[in-house]
Amino acid sequence: MKKTYKIEVDCANCANLMEQAARKTPGVREATVNYMALKMTVEFEEGQDPKAVMAQVLKNCKKVEDDCEIFF
Amino acid sequence: MTKKQKKMLTRILVAALMLIGLKLIPTAAFSRLDGLLFPGAGRWLRLALYLVDYAVIGYDILRKAVKGIIKGRVFDENFLMAIATVGALALAIYENGDYAEAIAVMLFYQIGELFESYAVGKSRRNISQLMDIRPDYANIEQEGRLIQVDPEELTVGTVIVVQPGEKVPIDGVVTEGSSVLDTSALTGESLPREVQPGDEIISGCVNLSGLLHIRTTKEFGQSTVSKILELVENASSRKSRSEDFISRFARVYTPAVCGAALALFLLPPVIRMLFLGLEAQWGQWLYRALTFLVISCPCALVISIPLSFFAGIGGASRAGILVKGSNYLEALSKTRCVVFDKTGTLTEGVFAVEGIHHSSMENEKLIEYATLAESASSHPISRSLQRSYGKEIDRSRVTDIQEISGQGVTALVDGTRVAAGNDKLMRRLGIDYVPCRSVGTIIHVAIDGTYAGHIVISDLIKAHAKAAVSALKAAGVEKTVMLTGDASAVAEHVAQKLGIDQVYSQLLPGDKVAKVEQLLAERKGGGKLAFVGDGVNDAPVLSRADIGIAMGALGSDAAIEAADIVLMDDDPLKIAKAIKISRKCLRIVYENIIFAIGIKLICLALGALGLANMWLAIFADVGVMVIAVLNAIRCLFVDKL
Repeated sequence: MKKTYKIEVDCANCANLMEQAARKTPGVREATVNYMALKMTVEFEEGQDPKAVMAQVLKNCKKVEDDCEIFF
Repeated sequence: MTKKQKKMLTRILVAALMLIGLKLIPTAAFSRLDGLLFPGAGRWLRLALYLVDYAVIGYDILRKAVKGIIKGRVFDENFLMAIATVGALALAIYENGDYAEAIAVMLFYQIGELFESYAVGKSRRNISQLMDIRPDYANIEQEGRLIQVDPEELTVGTVIVVQPGEKVPIDGVVTEGSSVLDTSALTGESLPREVQPGDEIISGCVNLSGLLHIRTTKEFGQSTVSKILELVENASSRKSRSEDFISRFARVYTPAVCGAALALFLLPPVIRMLFLGLEAQWGQWLYRALTFLVISCPCALVISIPLSFFAGIGGASRAGILVKGSNYLEALSKTRCVVFDKTGTLTEGVFAVEGIHHSSMENEKLIEYATLAESASSHPISRSLQRSYGKEIDRSRVTDIQEISGQGVTALVDGTRVAAGNDKLMRRLGIDYVPCRSVGTIIHVAIDGTYAGHIVISDLIKAHAKAAVSALKAAGVEKTVMLTGDASAVAEHVAQKLGIDQVYSQLLPGDKVAKVEQLLAERKGGGKLAFVGDGVNDAPVLSRADIGIAMGALGSDAAIEAADIVLMDDDPLKIAKAIKISRKCLRIVYENIIFAIGIKLICLALGALGLANMWLAIFADVGVMVIAVLNAIRCLFVDKL
C-alpha cells in the first residue's frame, strides 16, 4: 500500500535526512520525500497499519530534524 | 512571506543595525571606561554588546547545533556554522580584536537561509499555480437551483452544470448547450476549442462562453484532471542520477572538509614547531581552519539541483508536456534515437481525401457521386468521403446499392448508375481506368459505365510532422525511425516525405516490441532511445523503450499509465520541445554543479593558503547558493525554446 502525506520541513538536506529516517522505520518498505512538493510518499509492508507506522516515522524524523512535521 | 520568515527578517535587521552601530564606536571609546570603572571594563562591555548581537542572530543555530551533537549527528550545517563563529569569536576575545567578522558570518548565513526558503517557497507556489487546474466544486441542478457540491461525491452519470468562467470538474459528455473551451491549462495550446451537445469534454478545461450541461462519464478520481495532478505531484519523487549524486556527494563532502579543517588547524603548527623550528602561529591556523568550515556547507548544491528539476518539470507542464520524474527528464536530454509509431503521431490516424485525379467533371461533383454511392457503408473510407463532401447526405437520392465485398459499390444516384471502387471493380465492370501512381487507397469512379476519374484517400500527414522531424535533428537527435503496420509502399512514401532515416513496415503490434528491442541493442554509448506512440495498443512498447512518450493522451488513461512523458495534445513539434526543455534543464544542473563545487574548491584552496578570509568564505557559501538558486529558477522559462 502506498500513501502520500503532506510534510513541513525547512531545508533540502533536512528533507533528505527525513527520507532516510522514514526508510529505516520498521513497516516501511520504501519512502521518498519530495522537498519541492513538500510531500512524503510511503509504501508500507503488507499488513501494516499506516497510522501506527506513520506515528513511528514521525518520531524518527523528529529525531533527525526536530523542526519537521508530517500530517497524517 | 510566512510568519517564520518575517521573524527571521526582523532578527536580521536588528542584528545588522546593532552590528553597524557597534562598528561605529571605536575600541578607544570603550578603553576610556577603564579609567571610570575598573581596568578591563571597556573590553568586557564591548564583548558583552557584541555577544548580545551574536545571540540575536545566531541563537537558533547554536541551539540546533547542540541538539545535533546530543543526537550524535555532528556534521550538519548548524554545527559547522556554530563551530566557525564561536571559534572566530574566541579568537577575537583572545586578541581583543574584530568581533564583527563572526557576527557577519552568522548574519550572512541567516540571510542566505532566508533567501533560500523564500525563493523555494516562491517557486513552489509559482509552479503549483501553473498546475492549478484542480476544480474545487461541481454545480448540480436541484429544484431549479444550482448548488455546489464536492466533485468527489458525484457518481458516474450525474448531470453537472458548468457556467462560463468555471472549470470543468469531471470528464463527461455535453448534453445541452454549446460553448468555447480554453484548454491551455492542459495542453499549453491557446486556441480555444468549440463544443456542442454530444461532444466529449475533459476536466480541467475552462468554459469560456456558454452554459454547459455535462453528463459525467467518470468519477472524479478517474478524471483527466485528477490523473494529471497525481502525475505532476509525484513527478519529482523519482530522482535523477544527478540528484542522487548530489545527496551522496553531500554526505561525503561535509565530513571530509571538517577533517581537512582539523588537519589544517593541527598539522601546520605542529610541523612548524617540530621540524622547522618556527613559531606555531596557532591563532592564524585556527582562523584558516574556521574559514574552511564556513565554506564547507553543501547547501548550494543540495537545494539548487532538485529545484532545477522541479522548475524544469513545472515549465514543461505549462507547455503541455507532462514529465513523470526527474530521471526521465535527465534521460530525455540524452536522447539520440527517436522511434515513431506512424499512425497517430506523424499522421492523423484518420483517412482523408488527398487528391482527385483525371476527373472528367468538377471535383465536387465527383466526390458527391462517390459519397452518395458509398453512403450506406460504415467503412472508414466512406466516412472520410462524407467528411470531404461536408454536406448533409440525402439518402433518398440513392437506390439499388450493391456492395461487392473487397471491391466497392455500385448504386443508382439520381437515376444514374455510379460505380465506386478499386481496380478490381473497374476490371470486373470492364471499364477502362487510369491507374494511379499516388500512394494510398484509390477509389475509381465510373458514371454510366464511363470512367470519371479517381479519388486518392490516405492517412493525412500531420501539418507539423516534417517540421517536427527536422526540429528533432536540430535538437541533436541522430536517428529517427518509423514503425508501422502499413504496407511498405505507403510507409516508404511517408518516411521519404518527412525525412525519416529508417522504416520498418508491415509490423504486427507484437513485432514493434521486438524492433524496439533490436534498436535498443544496436545503439552505442549512453544515447537513449525514445519511443513515441499515440497510446493506442502500444503500452508494451512505451514501457520497453528508455523513454516512452505518449502523445495526444488527453483522456487516454492507458497511455498516461504506461508512458514516461505525456504530451497533452498531438502536435509532434512538442517532442523536440520536450527534448530542448530537458537539455536546458540539465545544462543548468551541470552549470550549478560545476559552479558550486568549483567556487568552493577554489575558496578552500585560497583559505588553506591564508589568502581567503571569512568574508570570502561566506560568499563561497551564501553567495554561491543565491546564484545557484536564481540560475535554477531559469528552468521554469521554456516558452522560447
